Amino acid sequence: MIWLDVLVQGILLGGLYALFAAGLSLVFGIMRLVNLAHGDLIVFAAFLILVVVQTFGFNPFLSALIAAPAMFAFGWALQRFVLNRVLGKDILPPLLVTFGLSVALQNGMLEVFSADSQRLAAGPLESASIDLGPVTVGTMPLLTFASAVLVIFALNRIFYTTALGRAFRAVSDDPTTASLMGINPKSVFAIATGLAMVIVTIAALYLGMRSNFDPSIGPARLLYAFQAVIIGGLGSLWGTLAGGAIIGVAQTVGAQLNPEWQILAGHIAFLVVLLLRPRGLFPRAVD
Amino acid sequence: MGHRITTRTRASSIAGIIAVALIAVGLILPAFASRSLIQDLFFILTMLTLAQLWNLIAGFGGMVSVGQQAFVGIGAYAMFAGVILWGWDPVPAILLGGVAAFLLAIPMAFFAFRLAGAYFAIGTWVIAEVTRLVVAQWKTLGGGTGTSLPREATADIIGVETIARLFGLRDAAARDVLAYWLALALAVATLATIYALLRSRTGLALAAVRDNDNAARSVGVDAARVKWLVFLAAATMTGLVGALIYVQTARISPDAAFSVTNWTAYVIFIAVIGGIGRLEGPILGVLVFWGLQTAFADYGSWYLLALGLLAIATMLFAPRGLWGLIHDRTGIALFPVQRRLIGAKDG
Amino acid sequence: MSHLLSTHGLTAQYGQFKALFGVDLHIDPGECVAIIGANGAGKSTLMRSITGVLKSAPEMILHNGTPIGALPADQILQRGLAMVPEGRRLFPSLSVEENLLIGGQIRKGSGRWSLDEIYALFPILKERRHSPGTALSGGQQQMVAIGRALMSNPELLLCDEISLGLAPVVIRDIYAALPTIRATGAAVIIVEQDIARALIVADRIYCMMEGRVTLTAPAKDVSREAIHAAYFGAAA
Repeated sequence: MIWLDVLVQGILLGGLYALFAAGLSLVFGIMRLVNLAHGDLIVFAAFLILVVVQTFGFNPFLSALIAAPAMFAFGWALQRFVLNRVLGKDILPPLLVTFGLSVALQNGMLEVFSADSQRLAAGPLESASIDLGPVTVGTMPLLTFASAVLVIFALNRIFYTTALGRAFRAVSDDPTTASLMGINPKSVFAIATGLAMVIVTIAALYLGMRSNFDPSIGPARLLYAFQAVIIGGLGSLWGTLAGGAIIGVAQTVGAQLNPEWQILAGHIAFLVVLLLRPRGLFPRAVD
Repeated sequence: MGHRITTRTRASSIAGIIAVALIAVGLILPAFASRSLIQDLFFILTMLTLAQLWNLIAGFGGMVSVGQQAFVGIGAYAMFAGVILWGWDPVPAILLGGVAAFLLAIPMAFFAFRLAGAYFAIGTWVIAEVTRLVVAQWKTLGGGTGTSLPREATADIIGVETIARLFGLRDAAARDVLAYWLALALAVATLATIYALLRSRTGLALAAVRDNDNAARSVGVDAARVKWLVFLAAATMTGLVGALIYVQTARISPDAAFSVTNWTAYVIFIAVIGGIGRLEGPILGVLVFWGLQTAFADYGSWYLLALGLLAIATMLFAPRGLWGLIHDRTGIALFPVQRRLIGAKDG
Repeated sequence: MSHLLSTHGLTAQYGQFKALFGVDLHIDPGECVAIIGANGAGKSTLMRSITGVLKSAPEMILHNGTPIGALPADQILQRGLAMVPEGRRLFPSLSVEENLLIGGQIRKGSGRWSLDEIYALFPILKERRHSPGTALSGGQQQMVAIGRALMSNPELLLCDEISLGLAPVVIRDIYAALPTIRATGAAVIIVEQDIARALIVADRIYCMMEGRVTLTAPAKDVSREAIHAAYFGAAA
């Protein structure tokens, strides 16, 4: 029974990784931009939620609701005033700008918030659990996973049933022709990054409620997010959820064997998938 | 009227003479210089070499690696293994660092080249993390907390005694001189190799691959082979530099040896600020970086924050770095790799 | 009195390579103008300049007397100039219907064109409306591209090489839609290599060669010899 428990915990942990990954995947899908500061932005959003919690005394959920529009504005401005200026055929400038941003953000947070571990206190929810017959699962991991499913479902709805989603897909296909339709690709990019930052805020909410965080943990979150995206197959959001689950299960299984192997096991699962299925489990037909 | 293709410029000829003079001065410098200057120069030379190597693969080859710390770390650990496990002298053990980095680069290239475009960068970062985590399991070399070179090993490194007698130095200072000379040799060798490579047919092929993979393939350049060659060569050299740095440091831990900040972020900033895709860039960049480091390193995270912002600003407003600005104003090229047609007025 | 659209000494270049050398042309409301010329004459570059894909100096292109040469493509469309680009350029990730909808997403304009009207004009598109745009035949894709441009109810429709690579019978079907389009009052610029076709549908023609306008004339009384000289150069 212990292994069934490990498996379930791993899949639920994958929900958190899928939340990390969804924003990264969205931005890459629309503008082929890999944001190396993605993990640090998640940590940044967690601190932002913490500030709201501490200032107004709200619970983390309400605080995240307040932080989300601020993160949208931040993402919009980042894209509009910085990243749009370096996007082009050459992949080097945007990579280096986001890498610089990663280092700047980490150290900026270190100065402002110190290296101390923080946590978003969620009260009794933290220890609550639900009995599902053979296994007992924590309410928080379950909530995380449900949120990931909801976020991916909502993103798919936006992509395939709204005018905004149509513009996302058109700009991703062919920005020049999209501009002939009256669409300004750079405005669309700015909205996309803003939206990605809203997802980042949701990811940050669960990151902060489930475990401690400090300014240095961003890059590791970036790596998990990236691995979930690649395992799932570029452009497939549901694939990303599967990818997150694979990393999650590998980590819980690794940790079960030896606590020191948790992180390593996740990385190795990624490499195995990359070896066997270089285009991921659910690759898009075109691309 | 005949014409030929040349890469030589007047500035490059003068630069060649100055370079030879600088190397000569560099060789005899320990006779006059203070120990702290030698240590500073060691830092500058090793960072310069790392930046040139990153510049080679990213700036010239278009392979933006964020995993260079893997080669520094594995190189350093291989050197430690040679000394501690097999009783090698630390200096020849540096070669083990090159071998280890080469061997690590093979799987890294295999995996990272499978990733599309910009995801290559994170792929290299993952492999570096995996390497760090695996090395941290290596208990005989100190596991997660690390270890030091044994005193016996550092005490009688070949050549140190001679240097100590020659310049009338204590052993520790003589070790620094030896490390400095090795760093100078590596820096010169790296610069010369990259310069020769860029001027060769392979250099042309690399430029073609960087600009457009498909176009390069269609004119008969084996893009994959060129990328592999350059990536492996740069990794091997990076491993040698890593091993050398830790011969001088004599103390190692996985977190330090595989530090993204020290071995990749700094290196990228040096290349970006100086100018990517030009041999002159890292040279100028490392001097600026050293100046900033000396003046502001005490400010800790504020310093790193500013460095990150400076890199962003450079990419936004002067994407070809300081050397790009100088080159645009003056047209000077110390290490010209562009081919120019001369004597072709009738063409 | 200003024209609907006019260019004044319009130049364009790709890097070092100059593609247009001072092009002057104009079109008035409701007119149909054809631009003919051999490959490389600069016709497509002219279209790309007018629609803002290539930037020009502001005063080189006037729309109702207002300089628009430096405006980006999305703002050009919002002023009522829509293009059917060369090669059709449908969005592969969008269905036929989505391709049409996106044409009218930003500027709906006021006029007759709606999804239903486009389907009435090209009934086959209604049948295929849920297919990916790129799954259609070349002629059907061209209909989507035309419909997509019409969805913004433009005052001026620019059609770049709409018959390129299509079978004659298909070309005839597509050109059959032109009178309906013109009946809404829209002006049309067509870029065409098929001279005979251009002379039938257009009010006036411009002939281009090597980045310059070499002939401009009313379509109904231009001579074969004049076109031949303008098309291939005087020496030919």
